[in-house]
Amino acid sequence: MPVGILGGLRRGSANPPYDYDNNKVFEEDRAMRESMEFDVVIVGAGPAGLSAACRLMQLAAEQERALEVCVVEKGSEVGAHILSGAVIEPRALDELFPDWKERGAPLNTPVSEDRLYLLKSAGQAIRLPDPLVPKTLHNQGNYVASLGNLVRWLGEQAEQLGVQIFPGFAAAEVLYREDGSVKGVATGDMGVAADGSRKDSFEPGIELHAKYTLFAEGCRGHLGQQLRRRFELERNADPQHYGLGIKELWDIDSARHQPGLVIHGSGWPLQGDASGGFFLYHAENNQVVVGLIVDLNYVNPWLSPFDEFQRMKHHPVLKHYLEGGKRVSYGARAIAKGGFNALPEMVFPGGLLIGCEAGTLNFAKIKGTHTAMKSGMLAAETVFEALVDGDEGGRALEAFDERFRASWLYEELYRSRNFGPALHRFGALGGGAFNFLEQSLFSGQLPITLRDRDEDHARLRPAADFSSIAYPKPDGLLSFDKLSSVFLSNTNHAENQPCHLVLKDAEVPVASNLPCYAEPAQRYCPAGVYEVSGDEREGWRFQVNAQNCLHCKTCDIKDPAQNIVWTTPEGGGGPNYPNM
Amino acid sequence: MKILVTVKRVIDYNVKVRVKPDHSDVDLANVKMAMNPFCEIAVEEAVRLKEAGLATEILAVSVGPKACQEQIRTALALGADRGIHIETEDFPESLEVARLLAKVVEAERPELIITGKQSIDSDNNQTGQMLAALLDLPQGTFASALKLADGRVEVTREIDGGLQTLSLSLPAVVTTDLRLNEPRYASLPNIMKAKKKPLEVRTPAELGVQPRAHTRLLKVEAPAERKGGIKVASIDELVEKLKNEAKVI
Repeated sequence: MPVGILGGLRRGSANPPYDYDNNKVFEEDRAMRESMEFDVVIVGAGPAGLSAACRLMQLAAEQERALEVCVVEKGSEVGAHILSGAVIEPRALDELFPDWKERGAPLNTPVSEDRLYLLKSAGQAIRLPDPLVPKTLHNQGNYVASLGNLVRWLGEQAEQLGVQIFPGFAAAEVLYREDGSVKGVATGDMGVAADGSRKDSFEPGIELHAKYTLFAEGCRGHLGQQLRRRFELERNADPQHYGLGIKELWDIDSARHQPGLVIHGSGWPLQGDASGGFFLYHAENNQVVVGLIVDLNYVNPWLSPFDEFQRMKHHPVLKHYLEGGKRVSYGARAIAKGGFNALPEMVFPGGLLIGCEAGTLNFAKIKGTHTAMKSGMLAAETVFEALVDGDEGGRALEAFDERFRASWLYEELYRSRNFGPALHRFGALGGGAFNFLEQSLFSGQLPITLRDRDEDHARLRPAADFSSIAYPKPDGLLSFDKLSSVFLSNTNHAENQPCHLVLKDAEVPVASNLPCYAEPAQRYCPAGVYEVSGDEREGWRFQVNAQNCLHCKTCDIKDPAQNIVWTTPEGGGGPNYPNM
Repeated sequence: MKILVTVKRVIDYNVKVRVKPDHSDVDLANVKMAMNPFCEIAVEEAVRLKEAGLATEILAVSVGPKACQEQIRTALALGADRGIHIETEDFPESLEVARLLAKVVEAERPELIITGKQSIDSDNNQTGQMLAALLDLPQGTFASALKLADGRVEVTREIDGGLQTLSLSLPAVVTTDLRLNEPRYASLPNIMKAKKKPLEVRTPAELGVQPRAHTRLLKVEAPAERKGGIKVASIDELVEKLKNEAKVI
């Protein structure tokens, strides 16, 4: 690991909140902070975190033990920051709540038909005959659903089981015991002004202490990143690989709506080394979700995932459904798709990484919900077992690894280990062929493992190697600009607060990223957060519109200088996704 | 001194309101809901009066479906002492809310009633005034400052062209404007404590009120989208367009 990164993050005290000048947590403030004690603290109310919480309370109820479990969530409510396709495989849900149907889980649209397309050009497409579709992309028995709504429902179940959920509170800092183990987290201060001073409404953060802390922040969680470095959790793993998923929700003409129809595809408009795939799912209530996942290992800095997605919707395969419809919502989120080979150590003293925070998504299925939930449940079982044995906390729960290895989750991820690397190595067609053979004929049991060791941010090549991409102007019917899109995500951050997107070195964007890569942040950010203004004579200025941030984490991942650090803004900020 | 504050559950101010495709109403399915911002200001003002030693008890009341209890809990986390939820199927109209609140006021006998000046969903700006009328109490609406002294309340009101200051005898009804205060954040320990504070659920029937509908919602339409502007080449062209296209001169 480059020393510079470590140095940047660990400067200052031994127990650092991220050290940046305008939002220091002063030692005297830290001493003043109130603390609360729990058995288990969970960071993030997503599928992994809430499944862990539910499982813990179920076990406690079964064995008639008192257990204090708390979940903190940076979104304004449970589900506010959740964004996913989603076609959901109910395997983990079946285990967690076998009676989920009676409990009213919002999985109402069974998949009725699967189609897979290769888009050849702006007008042409080939539909793959069913026998050629890899087995992992068959969706019988799965449901088209809003993960946000499923998570809202999971939150209700968790509260009924006695879990304390605190939406609107961002875990901003990891706390450590003297022996170095994780002791819990501290929530961020509220009511801090942009200049770091306290507003009248100032409310200091709270320390949440726990015997064990489960980190379930989702892909590229900012505390997870600190833990990975501190405990060297990636020492035996390949680098994580990411995609940026951009999604819209549409009301469409009922005559074109076919509930449960699932369409996937790849190809146009992504060209050259850029890869990714699109989805269009028919949900309930005459709604469809449409999205594009762009692999973040792309090399051309002129590429704009947002604009690729906008122009993609004009392809006849997609336009057929969207035409005459109305866009209702918009959002974006990075996904961790490195799978098995990129899985870090999930256990460290005092806690675990679970779900997409660790990277349990199965890219061969393009699904992460059931695997995230299962990882949370396995963690819960491990932690509960330790607590029952009288564990006072702070240990590295090695028993998790055994439990994980014995689970269907491990088997599933192992089988799919080559899927992503094959696409990276052999391209969409060759990789697709490999994946078909491997997944459908050999069920992932071939005794070979493909590796993919280049980090996504390091793949970017100089802007001069390419000509810039001229994207078509949005027509306002099928395609839109960034600002009107962000508007539909209901994103808001309290205005007067320190910028949560931290530049380790404020000079890098203009001094090196701009001349070399034409500052790609302007284009990879799907929310228009980063802008470069000015000109040659007057000088260039790099502007960060942090209030637009969708919390997708792409900047933290793709910045070629790894100079942007995503930190949590004031709790409750960010998007307010309905039905996403 | 007991203060009664009212809190309403409304669509969160960050959410872009969307009309249902069949135009029957605004779409509230899985949309983030929150306490009406003017009610937050009412709660904050009550809490400040209590912190200043001028009030002893704060009672938070909400009318609406069961989910309204979330907003009462928020009021309790911000510093209210107990809650009353008057459970109804839908959100009744202003007059009916005022009639229900009047019953609570008669039973609870607060000396000060603070409500938001309006809710950001229906924007009626009626409930506080109607409540005062039903109870025959003095009212100070659109308060931007409030002072309790000598058994009276002094209310500074934002009116067209300036500020008006009223002195009201107690009990009185005050409705809050935006500049009255900046509400605090609920702290995490207070949210936990709020879960244990008393919250009483009442029905309209128990209060002897049968809410009626005085209006009928016919259709909801989103505002027409703004069309992009054009550039004119000359003043003559502008005048011509204003005259013949826009027909404004």
